[in-house]
Amino acid sequence: MNYCNLITIFAFINLLVSIPHGYSNYVETKAGQFFSSGHTNNWAVLVCTSRFWFNYRHVANTLSVYRSVKRLGIPDSHIVLMLADDMACNYRNPKPATVFSHKNMELNVYGDDVEVDYRGYEVTVENFLRVLTGRLPPSTPRSKRLLSDDRSNILIYLTGHGGNGFLKFQDSEEISNMELADAFEQMWQKRRYNELLFIIDTCQGASMYERFYSPNLMALASSQVGEDSLSHQPDLGIGVHLMDKYTFYLLEFLEEVHPASQANMNDLFKVCPQSQCVSTPGHRTDLFQRDPGSVLITDFFGSVRKVEITKDTINLTSPVEPPIKRSGSSDIQIESLTYVDQLPVAEIIHQQDCLEANVTRCRRKQQRTRKLNCQVVEKQTA
Amino acid sequence: MGLLSDPSRRKVLTGLLTRLNTPICIVCYLAGIVWFMGLAFEPFTLRTYMSENAMGSTMVEERFSSGERALSLAKEFDAHKRKAGGMPVEWLVKAMQSRGLEVFTQSFSRKLPFPDENKERYMVRGTNVYGILRAPRAPRTEALVITAPCSPGNTNNQAVALLLALAQYFRNQIYWAKDIIFLVNEHDLIGTQAWLEGYHHTNITGMEYSPLQGRAGSIQAALSLELSSDVITSLDLVLEGLNGQLPNLDLANLFYAFCQKLGVLCTIQGKLQRNDWDTAEGYTHAAQTMMLMVLKQACGRSWGDHGLFLRYHIEAASVRGINSFRHYKTDATTIGRLLEGMVRKLNNLLERLHQSYFFYLLPSLSRFVSIGYYMPAFGLLAVILLLRALDLWVHLGAPALAPSCHCFSVSLQPSSPGVLTVLTPVVISHLTGVALYLLPVHLQEMAVEHFPVSETEAVVLTAIAIYTAGLALPHNTQRYTHRLILMQFILRYMFTLLKLTALLYLAVLLGCTALINFSLGFILAVTLVPITASITPHMPKALYALVMVLLSPAFTILYCVFIYQELIEAPVSVSEGWMLFLSVISQGILDHALYGSLVYPLLALFIYPCWLMFWNILFWN
Repeated sequence: MNYCNLITIFAFINLLVSIPHGYSNYVETKAGQFFSSGHTNNWAVLVCTSRFWFNYRHVANTLSVYRSVKRLGIPDSHIVLMLADDMACNYRNPKPATVFSHKNMELNVYGDDVEVDYRGYEVTVENFLRVLTGRLPPSTPRSKRLLSDDRSNILIYLTGHGGNGFLKFQDSEEISNMELADAFEQMWQKRRYNELLFIIDTCQGASMYERFYSPNLMALASSQVGEDSLSHQPDLGIGVHLMDKYTFYLLEFLEEVHPASQANMNDLFKVCPQSQCVSTPGHRTDLFQRDPGSVLITDFFGSVRKVEITKDTINLTSPVEPPIKRSGSSDIQIESLTYVDQLPVAEIIHQQDCLEANVTRCRRKQQRTRKLNCQVVEKQTA
Repeated sequence: MGLLSDPSRRKVLTGLLTRLNTPICIVCYLAGIVWFMGLAFEPFTLRTYMSENAMGSTMVEERFSSGERALSLAKEFDAHKRKAGGMPVEWLVKAMQSRGLEVFTQSFSRKLPFPDENKERYMVRGTNVYGILRAPRAPRTEALVITAPCSPGNTNNQAVALLLALAQYFRNQIYWAKDIIFLVNEHDLIGTQAWLEGYHHTNITGMEYSPLQGRAGSIQAALSLELSSDVITSLDLVLEGLNGQLPNLDLANLFYAFCQKLGVLCTIQGKLQRNDWDTAEGYTHAAQTMMLMVLKQACGRSWGDHGLFLRYHIEAASVRGINSFRHYKTDATTIGRLLEGMVRKLNNLLERLHQSYFFYLLPSLSRFVSIGYYMPAFGLLAVILLLRALDLWVHLGAPALAPSCHCFSVSLQPSSPGVLTVLTPVVISHLTGVALYLLPVHLQEMAVEHFPVSETEAVVLTAIAIYTAGLALPHNTQRYTHRLILMQFILRYMFTLLKLTALLYLAVLLGCTALINFSLGFILAVTLVPITASITPHMPKALYALVMVLLSPAFTILYCVFIYQELIEAPVSVSEGWMLFLSVISQGILDHALYGSLVYPLLALFIYPCWLMFWNILFWN
């Protein structure tokens, strides 16, 4: 009995000692996770490119992604919603002011507080590219701008009618995959995103992400080249197809995601396999630096504020870890990419001065030039 | 000389052409006939499909349920019709107003050129009643028309009643993007013509009508209903319109798709579809359906009230309910649902129907032959005329000098004398044609005075008399021509020139006709091409004269009448056929005067003179 008591007391003391240690470990892992994604704000650009009543499903697609994104925390000021036609108020809609995504009118994705930023004929290739690259006239209101910075994670969702290498806008023009890739490269050079998730739900959607060459891009498409994306359900009361298959299952998947969920991109890649979708969804992650398994859904679809309340001090002396190398990538070692230093005037002008022994004068001059650089940079992004 | 072409090569080619001309012509003719008959063979046809993306599939939920109310309304309408002795205008206006439509009336009157014995009318006066259902939210830019005729007697009561029931149901829906016009027209085609002319502010047929007070926008499509019984066993679709114009094939596809969805039997030309295309009966069935469509299209009259809409680029079709001895019957509610589904799909249209074919032949409702497939049949026949003309051209260019000619001192100048003498038969034939076109109607009073016949018979018999009188012409023209030229040789040369002109003229005429109305062009080509291609003055005159008369346009019409009666399984005896033939001629003249049908002027002013020119050639000496 004595031994039993001793063992119990010993185990109890061990437990008491290990709990705070385990807790601080947990907190340190969480703190490590704080800086794993590297983003501080979230943006979403959701585009529906087709008009006419029989393309009801494209508007319903876009609105259902909008709904999920809002529900997970991204506010309207950070969402640029472009809808090419007004289905809710179309004369042929037997239920005006609604857009349904499930048959038997189960889910109205139009709701009460939809904020459409680009509507009707404003949805053009030119406007879309201007939103992405930020080259808008000074009179453009803030709601129509993508005011992202180099710590923004952006979700871009496109839907409509597409083909091999293009997406049709409004029955009159097209955007090609090269144009899109160049726009993303402009965004990278202008430091307009930290990481970008690109989802496209059209026929032959995989062709649209084939040409990407900028870093930190992840892309998903609803069908491969040569395949058509199919629509899901017709509603006989309304008389049109309500959703496309891929976005329907994407919406079902997202309905189960909540702001604290730990679902990651690998789960997203499994959405709508060929047995359900008939077409084969595809994805591209070679330009993305982190392992998709460590990327949370809420990194792109939600706007999660990284707040952890703790009563202990946390030791942050260890530096930020470099990006986790992807497991499984064989020979190719991607170097960690950072932004090019803008206007490295300091090095150019004060190179010779710093070679001399007058270090303090050199440093003071460098500080002054750095301040000037900041001002110049601010003027550019205003 | 030999700069751009090789004369020896050319001589070889022309020699080949001359030698092989007749065999090639015979092969082409047989190939053309075989190609045409082969069009009905199912592996050579394509399955119909909806081309218009905006219409989609039959993806609507039909909720119409007042079929029974429509039938009781039919009885009420019948009673009022009998009481009013015509169209019960006030009752219709009140009925439409109580259903929430904007109601207007239009009165019209027309005096026919001569009494119509088929429909027993001469001085026609009537009223059209139409109600407009305004789209609740849309601007009033586009419209759809549903029309039912008000016919005397027991016919079409259910059609008008179903129209009113549909109007009441449609008024309660909010998804209309176009205005819907419900039209009840009196005196079938004449009323429709008056309404259309009033709607589009035209006056092409000399009708008198009061202007329309209410208008709805540009009409995108129209449906005409003919329903005469409470229950039906099948629905027949009528597509052929005025001058052989057909609506867009998508309208037929829409009808067929909805018939399949609701399980209603649908027919075309009154014939059901068969699945056994590889048997002889299956093929003959499809061939009969196609031949019926060809005959109906060729005669150029509108076979339903929809036919007059086509001229204004409004796609229209007639739906006719047929009650025959079948076990499975369809009630009025299902027909109402079918129409509701069709109108709802037409409501989804953004532009006029234009994606599918405008020129086609239907061996059955689910199979079609497009213009690209049936035109070669006509092309093979037209090529015969061109080959013959080429042959004659070669002969004219290098004439085989007749050894018996003593007159080689005279140089052949194919200039003034030639043209003049070719011109004579041409002008005289065309003058006869003009006489055939104008005189029957203008001389009817004189004919009635002198002969104990009615006006209609007078017109028809005058036409036949002028036609036959034209046969005696060659003797007159010959005498005139002989005064101008005395040389045997040049006379012989002249007939070649006349034949060349006539062949080219006939080729152009048939070509243009076939482009607009393939059936008419093809039927005329089948009978005219063999005789005209092979005619020369050197044939045995009596036999050839008989053959020419038997294959002349008038006899072609007679054969078509007999074949048509055979195909609709109501064969007639010779005397009945002859009476039908006379009524066909009178209907043709009336159609031209009332609605602007072009078949009668084409036959009288162009085809008949052309045939007369060949008749002249036969009697050339």
